[in-house]
Amino acid sequence: MSAPGGAAAAPTRAEYCVIACAEAWRDAGEVLASPMGGVIPSVGARLARLTFAPDLLLTDGEALLVDADGTIEGWLPYRQHLELVGGGRRHVMMGASQIDRFGNQNIACIGDWAVPRRQLLGVRGAPVNTLNNPTSYWIPKHSRRVFVERVDMVCGVGYDRAARHPGTARFHRIPRVVSDLGVLDFATPDHAMRLASLHPGVSVEQVREATGFALVVPPEVPRTREPTAGELRLIREVIDPAGARDREVPDRAGV
Amino acid sequence: MGDKTMTADEAVSALASGMTVGIGGWGSRRKPMALVRAVLRAGIGDLTVVSYGGPDVGMLAAAGRIRKLVAAFTTLDSIPLEPHYRAARERGAFELMEVDEAMFMWGLRAAANRLPFLPVRAGIGSDVMRVNPELRTVDSPYEDGETFVAMPALRLDAALVHVNRADRRGNGIYLGPDPYFDDLFCAAADRAYVSCERIVDTAELTKGADAGPQSLLIKRHTVTGVVEAPNGAHFTSCAPDYGRDEAFQRLYAGAPWPEFANRFLGGDEHAYRSAVRAWQREQERGQGEEGTS
Repeated sequence: MSAPGGAAAAPTRAEYCVIACAEAWRDAGEVLASPMGGVIPSVGARLARLTFAPDLLLTDGEALLVDADGTIEGWLPYRQHLELVGGGRRHVMMGASQIDRFGNQNIACIGDWAVPRRQLLGVRGAPVNTLNNPTSYWIPKHSRRVFVERVDMVCGVGYDRAARHPGTARFHRIPRVVSDLGVLDFATPDHAMRLASLHPGVSVEQVREATGFALVVPPEVPRTREPTAGELRLIREVIDPAGARDREVPDRAGV
Repeated sequence: MGDKTMTADEAVSALASGMTVGIGGWGSRRKPMALVRAVLRAGIGDLTVVSYGGPDVGMLAAAGRIRKLVAAFTTLDSIPLEPHYRAARERGAFELMEVDEAMFMWGLRAAANRLPFLPVRAGIGSDVMRVNPELRTVDSPYEDGETFVAMPALRLDAALVHVNRADRRGNGIYLGPDPYFDDLFCAAADRAYVSCERIVDTAELTKGADAGPQSLLIKRHTVTGVVEAPNGAHFTSCAPDYGRDEAFQRLYAGAPWPEFANRFLGGDEHAYRSAVRAWQREQERGQGEEGTS
């Protein structure tokens, strides 16, 4: 635990989420980090770039490759971005309106696709992402509405479906799912979703309660690691001084 | 050398109901909105629209002009879900061919190259295959034997795009950060209509510091008509000439469609600009009053 008092306040829930997202890109090497699901994955990617993953490539959210300080180092318009996906030198973190136990993800619509109850974004690049480069997910509010038994429209391909197409899906990998409650992965014999770590202040029961399917829970679940003092300073003073992360995940650590 | 300049209404008069029309830009960025407004005025319908969708799709859907949409998404970017598109989808207003962003690109490339399809490692394993039962797969004829989606060519009867500058022959240059897929839309179409912020002499196209020859995106052999349409991407962005008109986009997104259409789309492009300016003056007055009260 961090020491009470002093200049640095204790890490917030949002900051544990930033660390958990940043860790997705550890040891990724010289690949494009594509944080797409919200503010916290973006803060995480920049933190990784500034600390333990200095070789990462980042975009400005449009057509430019930029250093963490915004210096332009390259050009990546959509046409090249979509081809870079095919080359595999990328690890994307997408959002998910629904996700199931094997990591099938939906961002297209809720209800029957033909006439949806709620039209959402559409499949976007989820089908190509999941077959070509590692794809992680960020869920800012862990709930049974998101973690469902069956998604209404499979956009991002999960492990069960990938297994049916071993040739085409040979590059398929879902390294992690980060939520406001913890980190999940698929490191189980049948690639069913497993609770990999809990953010401090969260119980296994809370995660089970907020998940719409039976989660694999190991006997001992570790805590998401603590941010270092240097990482906290970077998050708070350099990357996100306006505190956008706290609006995405309000602090519940003290509750 | 042929002078291809024409008005937006002349360009759109070459279109007919039932056609397949590709629309350039991406989301709420550099959309050929003046041409889309002309389509709305012309009363053309029953269209198959092919688009990286933004308010172009939203407006045509709201106005009931789309029979079938080919898209990977429809978004206003700063407003992630396009409300008019969404409402139309939720009432089952048109047929949808929902494909992945990369599948879409390879479909345009196939059309531009006169190929029936191109193999893509995307779609397999996802519900894109379930909702598009007409999609076929193809096996690699080489040792790897991998199975791909055979993405069919997205051949277009007509393409509509908007760029920063063009000459009278149909050469077009973009000055913003991303060409999107506008050259591909033109090459994939039997007829392409390019609107631009300003028509300039050919020699002027590459005069600016940010206008190197590699920015000459649109080539005249793919272009049928050139339309000068200042602010023609409004309310989407057209960097560096102008950014997205976020306030007006919020109005569009929040207003009931008939109200919006009546106020802004009842007349020609000149009337549209006047109506937008009148609305903007109202907003300024409103803010001024708030500020002094």
